[in-house]
Amino acid sequence: MPAQIVSLVVNGRSQEFIARPGSTLLGSLRDSLGLMAAKRGCAQGSCGTCTVLLDGAPVPSCLVAVETVDGRSVRTLEGVARDGRLDEVQSAFIDGFATQCGFCTAGMIMVAEALLDRDRDPSRADVVEAISGNVCRCTGYEPIVAAILEAARRRRDRAPGAAPAAAGAAPAAAGSTG
Amino acid sequence: MSYRADPIDKTFFSAERTDDLAVVGTVVQRSDALGHVTGRTRFFEDLAPPDLLHLKMFRSQRHHARFSNLDLAAALATPGVVRILTAADIPNNLYTPLKLIGVGPDDEPILAEDTVRYLGDPICAVLAETEAAAYQAVGRITVDYTDLPAVFDVEEALAEGAPIVNEYHGRNYFSYEGHHCRRVRFGDVEQAFAEADHVFEWRYQSAPIEHAPTETTGCIVVPQPDGRLRIHSDTQACFFTLDNTALILRTPFNKLRIVGGTVGGGFGGKVDVVVEPVACVASMLTDRPVKFVYSRYEEMQVSSPRAAERIYIKDAVRADGRITGRKITLYVDAGAYARHSPYGTTKAAAHLPGPYTIPNVWVDAHCVFTNRTPSSAMRGFGVTIADFALESQMDRIARALAMDPLRLRLINAYRDGDLKAHRKVAEGTALVEVIQKAAAMVGHELPEAYRRMSSTSREATSREGA
Repeated sequence: MPAQIVSLVVNGRSQEFIARPGSTLLGSLRDSLGLMAAKRGCAQGSCGTCTVLLDGAPVPSCLVAVETVDGRSVRTLEGVARDGRLDEVQSAFIDGFATQCGFCTAGMIMVAEALLDRDRDPSRADVVEAISGNVCRCTGYEPIVAAILEAARRRRDRAPGAAPAAAGAAPAAAGSTG
Repeated sequence: MSYRADPIDKTFFSAERTDDLAVVGTVVQRSDALGHVTGRTRFFEDLAPPDLLHLKMFRSQRHHARFSNLDLAAALATPGVVRILTAADIPNNLYTPLKLIGVGPDDEPILAEDTVRYLGDPICAVLAETEAAAYQAVGRITVDYTDLPAVFDVEEALAEGAPIVNEYHGRNYFSYEGHHCRRVRFGDVEQAFAEADHVFEWRYQSAPIEHAPTETTGCIVVPQPDGRLRIHSDTQACFFTLDNTALILRTPFNKLRIVGGTVGGGFGGKVDVVVEPVACVASMLTDRPVKFVYSRYEEMQVSSPRAAERIYIKDAVRADGRITGRKITLYVDAGAYARHSPYGTTKAAAHLPGPYTIPNVWVDAHCVFTNRTPSSAMRGFGVTIADFALESQMDRIARALAMDPLRLRLINAYRDGDLKAHRKVAEGTALVEVIQKAAAMVGHELPEAYRRMSSTSREATSREGA
């Protein structure tokens, strides 16, 4: 099987590279594009450290054969901060001590981004469900869950009124899937 | 998000600490957090030097065996394979990591010479242009094993006639200055048992525990223009690794440079020097950068776990809950090689009989070799499992006496000025106050006499006169 040219839109930029047969999305991001935020923790899809967003949905990039996603859009942690400004999830992770060794952090933030993109007011159970595929061995998860809930709050405060659970809405709306 | 808002109560230690402790109890942002949340933190594997070779290990498929006819021909013929290292390539193949502080003998080969002592013992190292080629070649290596009897239980390993696990020790235990175990002798436990109202004896057994860091153990070694080797590693112990590696390479320390400090989870699991020496040899022999990183399977199967321990505790107890004698026999399962276990066993002996003042103490703490995966450091090793046993014992005694477990602990808790079993005078103990505070925080009622207790003086009570 010959190497092939693969095109991806990565963090909003079109990228083209040569993929060897058997290359994974994770290997291509790291080895061909030099994007090192996504990590290899298990190479079998069970730890979540390699999580990136594929057309907005979290995937374990170590299990994605890169030629199968030719032409699609990928978002990595490198693309989360805009113009050098941290977004709400990143700043909440810092403020809430949701990082220790940092190895799971990229994956945790990416699943949080995907969650908050589709649900601006997730419940605690929604957050736990969202990160259930991501292993953290340092924090015991509590600071991570708290940071994601805090990030959702900050994002709602920044752009209130766009969904039923925005500031001032009835508490009963909490947990809606808006 | 809420942070600790109450100021830390520093009054208890005010006599001992004259510094202002300005930072204690305040919120200080982590210096590495910005790199972590932006993905800019560089872990060792984020380095991508050109011409990188990948190292993969061929490992023992037996628990204990001699081997011969190591056949590398098919592996060497695999496209992309550059070289295969065996024991003959390692300058000082035999080592033990604590030799830096005078612990011996050397008992562990970097690469097995003719004997394997646990499932996963490294035999030879394949160097290839790609990871896939290295794995493929490892799968083509064959060897003939002659199985030897293996032992997997600490007490069976110490029994008469047990197979010898590690001939460099000659016996299945680590010798401490000529003694077969670490011992503590204080008072007369047998007399305490004879005079006790109750004698309680229970057995405790823990399993090995794997740290399972999300980043597996590994390193990248890059030859430098000045002839030195630069080691990018996720070791928890940069200088310990550098010095041990230099001894194994038989090279001056200043020929190596280590770049580290960014560790994707360690918990004690990244202090054995297991990847750097062979990667350095590979880099020296090929003059190319070499990466050796454990697969998740290797991390779980062959990286050293917390030792399994077996602990017997026998206590002499008075009807009022005072413990007058404690006899402990503790076995640390070191696995096939010593690594940090002799030190962990010493720590266990030093920790016993726990934070209690007991007038008669007898301890035998054994560091035992078996054909299991070598165990080593992990978070308070030697102490943590001992505490599991000791505190379980305290709860069981309380239950047997129908007594509040906190009161049992307060009665026996050591006080400042008490002589410990190791002939050290206890200082700054604070255990009584910690228990009192914990009880108050969870709403556990203590009677006035227990609330008045202090770690700075042992209250005068009738039973102390006995």
